Amino acid sequence: MSNKLIDLQHISKSFDGQLVLDDLNLYIRENEFLTLLGPSGCGKTTTLRILGGFEQPDQGSVIFDGKDITSLAPNKRQLNTVFQKYALFTHMNVADNIAFGLRIRKKPEDYIRDKIRYALKLVNLEGFENRMPDSLSGGQQQRIAIARAIVNEPKVLLLDEPLGALDLKLRKDMQYELIRLKNELGITFIYVTHDQEEALTMSDTIVVMNQGYIQQIGTPEDIYNEPQNAFVADFIGDSNIIDGTMVRDRLVEISGVKFACVDVGFGTNKPVDVVIRPEDLELYAIPEGAEKGSEAYDKVASRAYELNPGYFEGVVTDLIFKGVHYEMDVEANGYTWLVHSTKMFPVGSRVLMNLDPFNIQIMNKPESEDEQAVTMNEM
Amino acid sequence: MRCKEAVMKRKQNPLLTGPYLVWTAAFIVIPLILIVFYGFTDADHHFTMDNIMRITDPVTLKALGLSLLLSALATVICLILAYPLAMILARMKNGASAIITTIFIIPMWMNSLLRIFAWQTLLERNGVINQMLAFFHLPPQHLINTPWAIALGMIYDYLPFMLLPLYNALTKLDWNVVNAAYDLGANKRQTFFRVIVPLTMPGIVSGITMVFVPALTTFVISDFLGGSKVLLIGNIIDQQFTQVGDWNVGSGLSLVLMVFILISMAIMQHYEKEEEGAANIL
Repeated sequence: MSNKLIDLQHISKSFDGQLVLDDLNLYIRENEFLTLLGPSGCGKTTTLRILGGFEQPDQGSVIFDGKDITSLAPNKRQLNTVFQKYALFTHMNVADNIAFGLRIRKKPEDYIRDKIRYALKLVNLEGFENRMPDSLSGGQQQRIAIARAIVNEPKVLLLDEPLGALDLKLRKDMQYELIRLKNELGITFIYVTHDQEEALTMSDTIVVMNQGYIQQIGTPEDIYNEPQNAFVADFIGDSNIIDGTMVRDRLVEISGVKFACVDVGFGTNKPVDVVIRPEDLELYAIPEGAEKGSEAYDKVASRAYELNPGYFEGVVTDLIFKGVHYEMDVEANGYTWLVHSTKMFPVGSRVLMNLDPFNIQIMNKPESEDEQAVTMNEM
Repeated sequence: MRCKEAVMKRKQNPLLTGPYLVWTAAFIVIPLILIVFYGFTDADHHFTMDNIMRITDPVTLKALGLSLLLSALATVICLILAYPLAMILARMKNGASAIITTIFIIPMWMNSLLRIFAWQTLLERNGVINQMLAFFHLPPQHLINTPWAIALGMIYDYLPFMLLPLYNALTKLDWNVVNAAYDLGANKRQTFFRVIVPLTMPGIVSGITMVFVPALTTFVISDFLGGSKVLLIGNIIDQQFTQVGDWNVGSGLSLVLMVFILISMAIMQHYEKEEEGAANIL
């Protein structure tokens, strides 16, 4: 992609002695859909407010298009914000709301009229000019808030959990709308959310944050498939995070069983965190009554062995139908594994469980607070 | 649900509205009818417009004009004083704003006569202010018995009535909307006049009403701080009842004053409707 548009350098911020952002470094490129993702209190909204100019960082600087805008007032910045609860002007109709920024800039009225029509078309609310915000649904209000921001032709649109107040179905629709909007407008979107699915669906780049630190920066695929630490793995999607020992390169021991894996360079007999996605676990039904060592059992075991020389034997303890897949709890070697499978294994059935070496994700255990923070990931 | 139940209960017990109806009839409706009756009749109970027309009397007309002028002035100054204060209070942390609001309200717990009497003591020819001026060898000022003294008394007496509705309206304001205005390029002045003021219009309107109406009708403040030199319409009506003993003229002038209040309320309502009505078109 193209060059850096925004550069956040060494940003620190605390409220009432509570450190919210600790030496944050992040750059955002032109035309990027970047999502700040994390649990509440992770500093994502503060980061956005610093970008919008509503908060001043205690330390560090915000570089926008090569210029330092750290102390520039919000009304002087070339970016616009879509607020969490829409923040529409309830005393004005839709057209006047959208025209607000243009009238402040003293644009001619016929230009404004064209812009309003264009913006309403873009957010699929043609003909809503004279409606009052209170008479609109949450989704419609959010579209107006977006229209009100984009008529000003900002270089960057900041979105602060804009879909948080909408119901699930509407949220999905709006996600696609936002992607379409971003592509049509060709501007940078910086999006704040705590919803990992939303982040994975829409973003070019995801910044996972926790406790004021950036945990990982990467594409949705990177973040999902190669989480850099247990926090990211846990936060993005469901996963099994377990203690393991890296016996040597390409061999990891989990709960007393050795599995082949693809990771190298961790040393020998080193304690590690192992992350396994529930959909990566393969289950093999053990025929009823087949004892270990019996012919029927060995037949299943040899199939499991083909995938990976190590495997677990376990019992299904819980089963929920989730639509596309079944979600199961499998008790094996003293650990309850979360398994997603399109095949159904009834509660109480004995299974063998295994997985492709490629799907075992090995991570160093964090040794100290500092190491939890990944300061900068070269993209 | 609870709301519905309450409504149903009220329907089931119409007797509960009885005391209120009796009160309204005895102390609001009947007195009002009496005032209208006295206002439009002479001593022999014949219909006449003379009482109403007494407003054209130069002294009375001057008093009405001065009343309108001083109460308008007091209202505007109250608004200018109270709005920034209410904004500061609304943005403060809860505990701090409660303390300061209480400080502003404490004088309201005292007898209003006492409060005005205190101003009399301050402003008198040999009052506290002139004594202090004399101490610094400055010439004494003619402070009491001027329209300014009355306006000062009005502002002092009615400021809390302006402050509270404004404070109320501003605490309900969503500050994200203010941020949105900055974000869209508005400077502080534009944000204030185009967003904050319109959104707090209901508070402004009720504040203005709560200051303007009592100020327009007062006779106590003008009595204490205006002496017999500066008469307001309230004093003239008061005199008709208590000194002249002509209830007909007093009632007639009261009705005229009522019309002025109704006109001012209608103007206010119009502004309030413009804001709210706009928001209620579904």
